[in-house]
Amino acid sequence: MSAIDIRNLDVWFGSGAERALAVKDVSFQVADGESFGLVGESGSGKSTILRAIAGLVPTWSGEMKVAGEALGTRRSKAFYRKVQMVFQDPYASLHPRQTVDRVLSEAMGLHGVQDVDKRIGRLLDDVGLGAGFRFRYPHQLSGGQRQRVAIARSLACDPSILLLDEPTSALDVSVQAEILNLLTDLREEHKLTYVMVSHDLGVVGHLCERIGVMKEGRFVEVLAVDDMRKHKAKDPYTRHLLDSSINSVR
Amino acid sequence: MTDESPLLDVENLWVRFQTRSGVFDAVRGISFTLGRERLGIVGESGSGKSMTGRAALRLIRPPGMIEADKLEIHGEDILSLPERRMRKLRGGRVSMVMQDPKFSLNPVMSIGQQLVESLRAHESVSRSAARKRAIEVLDEVAIRDPERVFDLYPHEVSGGMGQRIMIAMMLLPNPEILIADEPTSALDVSVQLQVLDIMDKLVRDRGMGLMFISHDLNLVAKFCDRIAIMYAGRIVETCKASELGQAKHPYTLGLLNSVPDLEHPRDRLEVLQRDPAWREAPSVSARQ
Repeated sequence: MSAIDIRNLDVWFGSGAERALAVKDVSFQVADGESFGLVGESGSGKSTILRAIAGLVPTWSGEMKVAGEALGTRRSKAFYRKVQMVFQDPYASLHPRQTVDRVLSEAMGLHGVQDVDKRIGRLLDDVGLGAGFRFRYPHQLSGGQRQRVAIARSLACDPSILLLDEPTSALDVSVQAEILNLLTDLREEHKLTYVMVSHDLGVVGHLCERIGVMKEGRFVEVLAVDDMRKHKAKDPYTRHLLDSSINSVR
Repeated sequence: MTDESPLLDVENLWVRFQTRSGVFDAVRGISFTLGRERLGIVGESGSGKSMTGRAALRLIRPPGMIEADKLEIHGEDILSLPERRMRKLRGGRVSMVMQDPKFSLNPVMSIGQQLVESLRAHESVSRSAARKRAIEVLDEVAIRDPERVFDLYPHEVSGGMGQRIMIAMMLLPNPEILIADEPTSALDVSVQLQVLDIMDKLVRDRGMGLMFISHDLNLVAKFCDRIAIMYAGRIVETCKASELGQAKHPYTLGLLNSVPDLEHPRDRLEVLQRDPAWREAPSVSARQ
């Protein structure tokens, strides 16, 4: 069964003469436990697809099925127990005046999770922070630690699907490596399905098995990362992207 | 001044901040020179790389303090110059391109007005001559239809275009040194290379010195002649960009290995193990 099944998705903003179609006729499936990447330039609509799935953009048409549930304009509470999102900027996505403990217990409270106290301890261990961070405020954490808290927050209600919107682009490469390793481990441990947006082909190639390349709101190509490595990309735009991603010197 | 003398000469530079919990040293005694070359300064956030660039233009506000045995731009001692002279130097002989065009262009002035203003601040030229030069320089940074762009406002151009306009503006008074602080981090990969190519070409054609500050070691290796790697306010290693592959310092190797590489996939990325000794080791000189 596919975890995510999207057919003929259109997403638009504005109305009348101002109406702009941000995503045009996009279809893709993500299998259970798979990791799917979306790449493209800014403005190509990749984040908009994630936001439409998460229910943050109400103006869409087409068919979206997530974990067996057909999506309408409103999302059920059960949907949010299964699907969670991690945002790009850990400096902006955590409440500056709430402790880590408060952030996590609120997320659990919303979903009626029992045994909050024990679970917070386990979650913090899971994301490699440890209990010492439990009563800290975001300004007492580094960027990488904040992103770990944001990931812990998304895992609070034990979801099966994570939507990752550029989860490492605000971080240093050394910290990015830690977060990518963490995401790899968590996926294995919790049997998670990922949909990840990134402009960095190296990052997507590391974490995902298949990628969709987007340009001006459309998919130009969906291909396996292995094929991309072997330079089997067919579309000229994909090749252009591959050429511009800078090769490592080692 | 002979041509061989460095454009920027820095010896034992310290940048200090007075905080409630004592003095914080952001830059701790680094030395380097910049000739007519492209020098890359690489490090993580908090390594002091941006502070180094700012100190070179005396752009650090109190409570920050700059101290150095020597800080000279073309033989002029930056630390003792009066503010009036500094204003002439900034933008005139030494220009700086910042990270994000959204925050460095004035949102309520048209692009043309800003270009003309930056030129007229340093040279006495007529408005019409300034306009002509501004349109020429827009053309040089590969902006199509410069006459139209001249009258646009910053919100009407894309990020890549905005950054090229910033570069155009900085090059207009013909500076000798360009300090580029993460000039492409806010841009898409495909636009990134284009902007770098343009900057690279202009710097080379004009025989300028470029100080390229970035967190991206691979990018710097591609675009610079020489690299200085900073950690905790000190230079831990310096090498020719072409010889980065033979770098020795564990920090440099750690940075290189932590980048996911499309062509050489690994199951796990290497995580940097920081050694407290790196922080204590004396700064390597990047003087030439």
